[in-house]
Amino acid sequence: MSFLDISQVSKSFGGPPVVDQVSLAVSRGEFFSLLGPSGCGKTTLLRMIAGFETPDSGTISIEGEDMTGVPPHRRPTNMVFQSYAIFPHLNVFDNVAYGLRKLKLPKESLRAKIEAMLATVRLEGLGGRAADQLSGGQRQRVALARALVREPKILLLDEPLGALDKRLRETMQIELRALQRKVGITFVLVTHDQEEALSLSDRVAVMESGKILQLAAPRELYDRPTSRAVADFIGEINFFHASVREMDFEKVMVNAGLLGIVALPRTNVAAGIKSGDHILLAIRPEHVRFSVDGLAGEIVAATFLGERSHFHVRIAGRSEPVAVSGSAPPSGPVHLAFPPEKLMALPTGD
Amino acid sequence: MKNRALLLYACGYLAFLYLPVLVLPIFSFNNSQFIAFPLSGFTTRWYAAMAADTAMLHALGNSLKVATVTALLSTMLGLSAAKAVTHYRLKGAGAALGFISLPLFIPDIVLGISLLLLLGTTGLPLSLAAVVLGHMLVCVPFALTVLIARFEGFDRNLEEASADLGESGWMTFWRVTFPLMLPGIVASLLLTFITSFDEFLVAYFLSGTEATLPIYIWGQLRFPERLPMVLALGALILTVSVGLVVLAEYVRNLGVKKPMVGA
Repeated sequence: MSFLDISQVSKSFGGPPVVDQVSLAVSRGEFFSLLGPSGCGKTTLLRMIAGFETPDSGTISIEGEDMTGVPPHRRPTNMVFQSYAIFPHLNVFDNVAYGLRKLKLPKESLRAKIEAMLATVRLEGLGGRAADQLSGGQRQRVALARALVREPKILLLDEPLGALDKRLRETMQIELRALQRKVGITFVLVTHDQEEALSLSDRVAVMESGKILQLAAPRELYDRPTSRAVADFIGEINFFHASVREMDFEKVMVNAGLLGIVALPRTNVAAGIKSGDHILLAIRPEHVRFSVDGLAGEIVAATFLGERSHFHVRIAGRSEPVAVSGSAPPSGPVHLAFPPEKLMALPTGD
Repeated sequence: MKNRALLLYACGYLAFLYLPVLVLPIFSFNNSQFIAFPLSGFTTRWYAAMAADTAMLHALGNSLKVATVTALLSTMLGLSAAKAVTHYRLKGAGAALGFISLPLFIPDIVLGISLLLLLGTTGLPLSLAAVVLGHMLVCVPFALTVLIARFEGFDRNLEEASADLGESGWMTFWRVTFPLMLPGIVASLLLTFITSFDEFLVAYFLSGTEATLPIYIWGQLRFPERLPMVLALGALILTVSVGLVVLAEYVRNLGVKKPMVGA
């Protein structure tokens, strides 16, 4: 029995299912992310964990306790809303103290508890500040403090960094990860920002059209996507049409058209691919290399990014340019090499 | 030249609006029984006479009772309806809103006669309670309009956040919804109070033997010697009405500057 167990959960709002037969398990103390484009059902799933939406079918249980029919105010979860939902008529202290009314703490210990929590989220001394006098980052911290002070079993975060500018978002990512380690509470984060999901999470579930496409650790999602959609969504990638000629336990021989015949390690081939299948070969831009021989091409666009630069290289016989990331090559025509151990074989997805 | 013409028009328009009303306070301080220029001197005796008139005070008491009860009930009903309409996707919400607002467009005299007939056929007595019911028909739409406008700027996440932080629906209402809606609620109370307090036709049909203030004033017009006293009373009501409306507007705009969404 997992800590948070979602089993066969579906939900529709009178149309096609928004969440479709989703099952997943989150362990205690894990930083778990639901990643996907808007409308993929990730927020609906989060709201079902919080109790704001009721699943049409399936069950959600926390520490083995079935949450069906348990209203939001009785669940051991707390949520950081996308809009933060800071109570505008209360100051920072009263916002954070809002959820502690039922504990009936004596005034002094309540104050100590709130001050300690404000210090944890680095808002020391701002307890008296009015809600409308807070910056975006401060509001986010108040929302975090208000939820964490209740010591929930699971903290739910709905795009918590979406409203912040890039610089602040990066700072808050680091802080959020450190905070999660410090308090040891299970975090479930919803985001459409793949970088955020990859940098924060222990594991990520990539969602599309209400289904989980792949659930894995960030490194594995990046290095071993199991479908075209995941490969495309996580970072940039080049695809080449190919077909499998033969495969054994160690190597897979692939006829990759422009790239010729290549032999991939078996571990680079997604499950379910058989000999004779039409497949996609995928390779990340940073794995494509400029070399002295190989496929001839011409750089059609170059973006200087500091240490590395990003290039679009047009090659004969292919309409889409190949994305390459690396240090600046010699000018004029270039040659591209595709190391076989970096090529991934994926189902075409149709 | 054009600007001057426009200015003249604006001044003329304001004079047209407010000069007739100013007649009331002016003659209420005039030391003569006859309502005519030139003014014959300053006096406060009409106000003194008014204060000594027990029948008038009784009517005033009736009006205050009716207006207070009407304001409270209309605002409560308006609040529930406004919350329902703005918070939930309801079938027929538009139609329901239309029907609630309809009494505003029915002439009061028709409304008064219909209610009189209804009371007559059902055998219910004419009373101040009947007046309250009649006034609520007119006041609930007002309350609803003011409160819907206030609810529309309300971030639903705030109520969800309260539930998430362990509060039931009732406590969420008291700790979040009510304080944030307070300016709208106060504005609605003041507006419905004034509407009921000033209302004549419906009250005339339904009040029976218990006169409200407008009805009492109407009755006094038959006695020319009491007319200046009525003017004094009218001037007072005018002052209080204007004061309340200004207060209602002020309160309604309070907090509009503060964002209603989760700040």
